Amino acid sequence: MKAVDGVSFDLRPGERLGLVGESGSGKSTMALALMRLHKPPARIAGGKVLLDGVGDVMKLDDDGLRRIRLDRLALVPQGAMNSLNPVMRIRDQLADGIRTHKPGDSRDDLAERIQAQLARVGLDAEVGGKFPHELSGGMKQRVAIAIGTSLSPSVIIADEPTSALDVVVQRQVMETLRSVQEELGAAVLIVGHDMGLMAQIADRMGVMYAGKLVELAPVHDLFTNPQHPYTRLLIESVPTLMAKRALASIPGAPPTLINVPPGCPFHPRCPSAFEPCDSEVPLPTAQNGRVVSCHLYPGEAA
Amino acid sequence: MTAFLEMANVSKVFSAGIIRRQHTVAVDDVTMTIDEQSPSILAVAGESGSGKTTLARLLLGVIPPSSGEVIYRGQPVDDLSREQRRTYLREIQPIFQDPFESYNPFYKVDHVLTVPAQKFQLAATKQETTRLIHEALDMVGLQPAETLGRFPHQLSGGQRQRVMVARAMLLRPRLIVADEPVSMVDASLRATILESIRRMKQELGISVVYITHDLTTAYQIADNILVMYKGSVVEAGSVEQVIRDPKHPYTQLLVSSIPQPDPSLPWGAEGEIAGDPESMEVAATGCKFVDRCPAAFEPCAGQRPLLFHEHLSRAAACFQYDKSPALEGQNLDVVFEPQLTSQAAGGSEGPAAN
Repeated sequence: MKAVDGVSFDLRPGERLGLVGESGSGKSTMALALMRLHKPPARIAGGKVLLDGVGDVMKLDDDGLRRIRLDRLALVPQGAMNSLNPVMRIRDQLADGIRTHKPGDSRDDLAERIQAQLARVGLDAEVGGKFPHELSGGMKQRVAIAIGTSLSPSVIIADEPTSALDVVVQRQVMETLRSVQEELGAAVLIVGHDMGLMAQIADRMGVMYAGKLVELAPVHDLFTNPQHPYTRLLIESVPTLMAKRALASIPGAPPTLINVPPGCPFHPRCPSAFEPCDSEVPLPTAQNGRVVSCHLYPGEAA
Repeated sequence: MTAFLEMANVSKVFSAGIIRRQHTVAVDDVTMTIDEQSPSILAVAGESGSGKTTLARLLLGVIPPSSGEVIYRGQPVDDLSREQRRTYLREIQPIFQDPFESYNPFYKVDHVLTVPAQKFQLAATKQETTRLIHEALDMVGLQPAETLGRFPHQLSGGQRQRVMVARAMLLRPRLIVADEPVSMVDASLRATILESIRRMKQELGISVVYITHDLTTAYQIADNILVMYKGSVVEAGSVEQVIRDPKHPYTQLLVSSIPQPDPSLPWGAEGEIAGDPESMEVAATGCKFVDRCPAAFEPCAGQRPLLFHEHLSRAAACFQYDKSPALEGQNLDVVFEPQLTSQAAGGSEGPAAN
């Protein structure tokens, strides 16, 4: 089965690109595949990930891969509670990655770097001496950001970085991620399912459905003028505080990836489906800085 | 007329530790009534650790209050006879957060529907039971043929949660206590489940207590809301008042932190005081929110604010509104919308005074 199928996009320096989709749409698989962190039996059947100054990440050997991970390409994982080592102090977990990549650093340099890193994500220096269970969910997620950005990477991949947090803490953690990213001038790929969160944090946004990228556009254009019917329905189904109205849902259920419908994968649920949709796979077409994969928009191939 | 379910000055304190005994006030002095005549949806909102789930468990009779009383049809829940307790357990039904954990994976999903039907003797015959089950599944938008006879793992999370809603409905309860029923369900399926909860009120006259951390869905389906912070009710009233025009600085912080699906709207409040709410200690005296409150002034640290009746259908526990009278007996019923009419006629004692 194809969890991610022929997805192409570019990530520009300093930009925040959001990637949304329902569970099973392949968004997390894609984020992990970018770093080649997918686990067997998953494999990458084809494609390239080009990283500035490195070339194709897919072609690197183990050693080359180890060298760019954390240093150039960093991951802020989903649910920091499970990604931290419960029996190691925060300080040592931060030191781990730095020491591997900068073996020449003195102890003082290392200590200083850890201090600076904790301060950068808004944590007190004393947090370094604590164990993960002594921290709140928001603090743990900040630690995960501190670890991920400890070597000033040029690309940060954040997989649902705040999905288990309360709204206030979620916003604080997102603001921390944003300030660290702006300080480093890094590009961020944020994977999530919360349309509201994406609207507030992303510059550009991609929408995934059944392993395919169906639309990619600047965030303002995407929300004010969604092109793909799935994007439109997704935006309409988000409850807001603006007006009370009947709660809208998208009819039908997302397909399982073992059994993706022929043609456009969204056609069985699509209100605008017409004759080519059930047989021909729509190709991505580019128009006005956005990419859409839908037969409603026959344009130039992207 | 006797109220269906009342909370009279209910508090719940959890104690832990042997040498340095620590007390956590999970629910702090809540008084309210759930009325049978005018079914409504009451949202209980707050962050983790606010006491909202403890409040749900108190209503369900799973845990006893530390002080105060939960009163079912005029009688404290502790004093119910066996027969009365049976009715109480049927009339108040829970829906939980995790649609995985509510099932025994070895039984088909039918099990969660047939067992309660038998236990509470809902029907005289098997045919009658089947008819009731089909009716309940229809109500939540599930096809009986596609649902029954399957094992829990063969259904999606959204379907499993809908079966749970059907199970609750099957027992013809008067009140459903739904604890974060949609937080683990995909966004596109949330609407369906919330819609079936709303239909329960409209078509079957069942009241709902909807426990959530999500103010947006609370606003969409609830009539009234109660916002909790560290065990205390900080603001309560109609959702229009509390969510559209929040008065307590904590509610204001919560509402402004919701990311709106519109990039042109701002995110966050001005003058916010940084701090991690999860790790903050609660002061022994004064307002529990004082350390994080941008509007704090001198009385705030000294004593706990009462709930002030700031608007016809809202009360806020904040000294900024102490010009308004305090809620009589701190009873929340006055500010909840459907009771307003009977309230105006019946005076300040409320509809329970009979």
